[in-house]
Amino acid sequence: MATASASGKMARTVVLVGTRKGLFVLQGDGKREKWKVIGDTPHFLGQIVNHAVMNPRTGTILAAARAGHLGPTVFRSTDSGKTWKEAASPPAFPKRGEDESADYGWSVSHVFWLAPGHASEPGTWYAGTSPHGLFRSGDDGVTWQGVDGYNLHPDRPKWLGGSQEGPPDGATLHSINVDPFDAKHLMIGMSAGGVFESVDRGATWKPLNRGCSADFLPDPNAEWGHDPHCVRMHPTTKGVVYQQNHCGIYKLDRAANRWQRIGENMPKPVGDIGFPMTLHPRDPKTLWVFPMDGTTVWPRMSVAGKPAVYRSQDAGATWQRQDNGLPRAHAWFTVKRQAMCADQQKTVGLYFGTTCGEVWASFDEGGQWHCLMLHLPHIYSVEAYSL
Amino acid sequence: MNVQLPTPLVEYTGGVRAVTAEGATLDALLRDLDRQFPGIRFRMIDEQDKVRAHIKLFVNAEMERSLAAPLHDQDEILIVAALSGG
Repeated sequence: MATASASGKMARTVVLVGTRKGLFVLQGDGKREKWKVIGDTPHFLGQIVNHAVMNPRTGTILAAARAGHLGPTVFRSTDSGKTWKEAASPPAFPKRGEDESADYGWSVSHVFWLAPGHASEPGTWYAGTSPHGLFRSGDDGVTWQGVDGYNLHPDRPKWLGGSQEGPPDGATLHSINVDPFDAKHLMIGMSAGGVFESVDRGATWKPLNRGCSADFLPDPNAEWGHDPHCVRMHPTTKGVVYQQNHCGIYKLDRAANRWQRIGENMPKPVGDIGFPMTLHPRDPKTLWVFPMDGTTVWPRMSVAGKPAVYRSQDAGATWQRQDNGLPRAHAWFTVKRQAMCADQQKTVGLYFGTTCGEVWASFDEGGQWHCLMLHLPHIYSVEAYSL
Repeated sequence: MNVQLPTPLVEYTGGVRAVTAEGATLDALLRDLDRQFPGIRFRMIDEQDKVRAHIKLFVNAEMERSLAAPLHDQDEILIVAALSGG
């Protein structure tokens, strides 16, 4: 379903926008010229939707939600969002046992990241939570079980640096990548904690942070404790992985298991700090980032109030500014790590949502930007599907 | 026992705030609520059996934090969702 449109077929595009006050669904026609919002009100009005994702294998949509008063849950829809049903058992840590010294007494604050499993496992999903937890569903999101190899790993507290470590909205496990060439190979990002990978479906884990800067740690060569913001494994080319980190933009040298900083090639006044990163669905050398101001107190807004996407078509050797159609000044927002994505059409469409509630899109791979929506709540996630 | 729910939870009860439930303790009553309205308990009580930060439980107008608190047939239960921010 996801790749059919690469043939040139006029697919409609559905964009799921998770916000601080609900889930909005946008639909574009085959030419991506006419757009409409589905429904008069958002799904889960008033609830925080950190991520909404479609499983391309089953068509099921999951939405990670919580309300200000209430605990977290996962809603699922098997009819394109017409109706929703809550997961029978949402992600939850094991209850602390008699041995209270064990680090098992966690409770999920919110589900932060959702990812469908490998194509060979159509009912499988993974979820990352705050505080850091990894969960798996084998029944298309109805029930969830902890990935004990991660959640109960004796070294996990050391990786995380303590339960209080994390960004302002809470420590998160994010960027769950399932290797499209190996269902057992998982890669995750932890803020903070670093990038870790497993080659046995999560039973065991190894840090993958060599070469990545961590200028906030006392040991610059630490094995873990880094702050990846967004890690992306290429969907069609084996071994290609990029990350937008707290300390720059990197490409993984898979043979050496070492990150190479490709953000040094960004314009110096802009820098290479940001949250999101999007890969071209077919070309492994093309990627996009949205830089933000990471100087002084970390304003985390578009640099100098002049928002721009940067694209590289040569795996980060060079970068091009893409801001045609975006505000030229006094636009003080940023784009969060789940809030920029690509569709799968022949000429790739790009989409991002801002912290001030705007949805922007480009239908020529970043050449020209169009504002699809204004006045939404703070946007946490944007995912696009060519159907 | 009569249980009064806060508005954030009425999506579980078809829009009804006043429901009934049974149980010898507060924990048992909440589990009975979950049996009637699946999923409602986890929105109030976390996996460590702690009452979530913005949920307050009252038994006969007295706030109660312990799920082991005993209940009696005529008790009135009030659940409040409070002070969660903007």
